[in-house]
Amino acid sequence: MPHDHYDHHHLSPSGHPYREDNDAPLSYWQTMEIAIREIMIEKGEFTAAEVNAQIEAMDARNPTNGAKVVARAWDEPSFKAALLADGSKATREMGFDIGPMNLVAVENTEDTHNVIVCTLCSCYPRNLLGLPPDWYKTREYRSRTVKEPRKVLAEFGVDLPEATTCRVHDSTADMRYIVLPARPAGTEGWSQEQLAELVTRDSMIGTGLPKVPG
Amino acid sequence: MSKSPDHPEHDFPEARRWHDMGGDAAGPVPNDQHDFALWEKRVDALMILGSARGHFTVDGLRRCLEDMGEKAFEEMTYYERWVASVNQNFIEAGVYTLEELGAKMEEVKARGDTYGAAQNA
Repeated sequence: MPHDHYDHHHLSPSGHPYREDNDAPLSYWQTMEIAIREIMIEKGEFTAAEVNAQIEAMDARNPTNGAKVVARAWDEPSFKAALLADGSKATREMGFDIGPMNLVAVENTEDTHNVIVCTLCSCYPRNLLGLPPDWYKTREYRSRTVKEPRKVLAEFGVDLPEATTCRVHDSTADMRYIVLPARPAGTEGWSQEQLAELVTRDSMIGTGLPKVPG
Repeated sequence: MSKSPDHPEHDFPEARRWHDMGGDAAGPVPNDQHDFALWEKRVDALMILGSARGHFTVDGLRRCLEDMGEKAFEEMTYYERWVASVNQNFIEAGVYTLEELGAKMEEVKARGDTYGAAQNA
């Protein structure tokens, strides 16, 4: 997240910068957030430090986690097999714990493209990709992806050949999906670090493709 | 029950709830994006820490979100709906009362007119 969005002159009591838009008039729901947090801290349910730690952990989870997983799967056939067999276990062993949920990795191949959605709400593989982008939570994406995925993908600039099978995976609270994109040609002999640079967030949702080398 | 237009071999209930949006007609996917504000991240943290304390589960969070109905989905932001749901769950679990919440919200409002100013510095 670019730091130039922050106003460095105003730091919160926790030392975190406020964003400029925090200077907008206090809203009812913001008031409620402050009130709940303070009541919980006063009652000893959790501490201010725990709230801050949770936010730091949240900020640390981003698509570079998923990119490491994808790059490793491209590089190590045994890891790829383990990832496809049990995504929760394979990613937990890399330090990206999804908790009690199930993670299913779905592989893009020459003839199959996968895309993920949550029609009911906003379920997303947060351990690998961080918080979902706004569009993932919209009525438009949730409604249409299961009905006309090719049209939706075209809006993201992904034009699937007619012959390519398109599989849509509808996430639930307990079952999250991640797309394992196809490894781009021309990357033979690349290190996992180099490969990870090609893996975009959207390529792991299925609304994008990895960057091409060059 | 009625027949699905796309899959007439399947019955499906007409009383699908509003949040079950899969397959509905809708416009182009908007590509606006905002960085999450601190207060939004804190709401997320309250959900995670509150669940970790055993006061509610993700199902409790979703039940309240879904019970808010479609109007709330259209008119409130994502984390506005979340804070309302987290609050409802805490109250139902008996963690604090509506009176305690109301008194604290008055106290917070009296501190200042912006989110930054309303913190208990």
